[in-house]
This record gives sequence, structure tokens and C-alpha cells, in this order.
Amino acid sequence: MENFYLEGTSKTPLLDFNAGTGKFVVEGRSIPENSIEFYRPLFEWLDKYIESPQANSILDVKLEYFNTSSSKCIVEIFRKLEHLQEKGQDVLINWFYEEDDEDMQESGEDFQDIIDVKINMHMIEEE
Amino acid sequence: MSYKGAPSHTLLDSMLSIIDERLAMLESQSKLRKKVYHILIETIQNVQNHFDKNLYQNSQEQNAIIFILAKNDDGYSIITGNFIPNKDIANLKAHIDKINQASKDEIRMLYREQLHHGELSEKGGAGLGIIDIAKRSGEKLHYEFKDCQDGNSFFSLKVIVSA
Repeated sequence: MENFYLEGTSKTPLLDFNAGTGKFVVEGRSIPENSIEFYRPLFEWLDKYIESPQANSILDVKLEYFNTSSSKCIVEIFRKLEHLQEKGQDVLINWFYEEDDEDMQESGEDFQDIIDVKINMHMIEEE
Repeated sequence: MSYKGAPSHTLLDSMLSIIDERLAMLESQSKLRKKVYHILIETIQNVQNHFDKNLYQNSQEQNAIIFILAKNDDGYSIITGNFIPNKDIANLKAHIDKINQASKDEIRMLYREQLHHGELSEKGGAGLGIIDIAKRSGEKLHYEFKDCQDGNSFFSLKVIVSA
């Protein structure tokens, strides 16, 4: 199966989903007005991936900003990974936030509250 | 900085990038800068989502939204304004009042509940906008409805962001 790769823009994140390694990255800003439209192709890709997944799948989320409309899509991605975990595969989510960004840290905790996949929190220290 | 005009995506996008650059130069506290920018995006998209172009089809003057970003001694104020039909006031007012009466923890619970159960609407809204704004601001939301005597009202929302 092909990998899913989309360059980041000032309003949409880099999406780098590798079917061969099970390594996934969402990085940058996610503030499109219509996030469903943006994320739909990724949802469809993930549905296919779940049919023939790797034994280990790891998603790194390194977001600077995301709007509330994107937050529902992030939940949707996490739910698909949850489904993968229910099928017996190993799944891990890494949530990165900058040292002074309490809101982003809280967001990671909010997602953990409603998602069964383990979310590891990683603080990025200021240089 | 202020804007009054049509809620054009392209125009508002370029304004947001300009504000992003200016904030990076003017605001030394990166925590506050991020908070301001985040709330600004959310308030503007909220207004865009709820903008009803059918209200004033023939009037350029009223077919508009406003937003203002002001810096004061201890932080920033963000004000947005748009016209809404009077029939929508009751729901919106109840929604904001509920959030204003909630404690910080209760707002977080509301947010999680909505994130968990809420569905995305056709317009891309998630019913989360105002909850998210209140959660980040940590202050009460100020709002006003001004009756235009034509079945519509001008709704303005003021959000305070302090360090």
C-alpha cells in the first residue's frame, strides 16, 4: 500500500504516514476553516491501513496550533488507532508540546481522557 | 488593529499572517503570544462559521463583520462582531451564560464532553468554539446584542487575554 504524504502549509500540517514502517507524523499548524475536507483523504487511507497494519504503529503529534474544528478530526484519527489497538496491534501516540505551552499540554490530557490508546506526553524544552 | 468588512477567507487569512508576524515582534512572552493568536483564530473562524450572508443581501454596509485586537496594560482584548437573526439570540445567550457561570474545571469538563460526543456540523464547527475560547482566556466573556429593529441584531463578543 502507498504511503500518505502531504507537505505542511501555513494553515495545514505536514501529514507523513508510512504504511511500511507504521510511523506516522502530524506536525505544524492545523487551522483550516473546513478541517473535515482536509482530513478526509487521511481518514480513508487509515481505514485501508487498518486492514493490513504493521505490528507496531506510532503516531507523533507535534502541533503548534489547532482550531476546534481540527480537534474533532484529531479525535477521529485517534479513534481509528483505538480500533487498531482493539484488533490486537500495538499502538502508541506521542504528544509533543513546548515547555511554556500549557494549553497544548492540557489538550493532550483532554484527548487522553477520552481515548483508550496510551498518549505519551513529551515536553520540548526551550533552547 | 481592526477590521470591518466582508468575511472573505483570503483577506482574513492575510490579516492573520500579518498579526502573527507583528505579535512575534511585539510580544516577548511567547506564552501570551500563542494564547492571543490561538483565541484570535478561533474567534474569527467562529464569526465566519456563523456569518449568514442571507441576512443583508443588498446592503454592503451591514453585510460585514468586525474584529478588533487591542493591546492594553496587562494583556490584550479581542472583539468580534456580526449580525445574527433575533431568533438565534436565545440559544447563543444561554450557551455563553452557561460557560460564564462554569468554573475552570467545569469548562474543561464541558470541553471534553463536547470533544467526546459532539458531531462536526456542515459548516465545520464543532460546538466547541466558545468553550475553547473561554477555556484559554480564563476570563468571563463579555457580550452584547444590539437590536437593529429589522429582525436582526448585532452580536459583539469581547475576550480578554492576560498574561
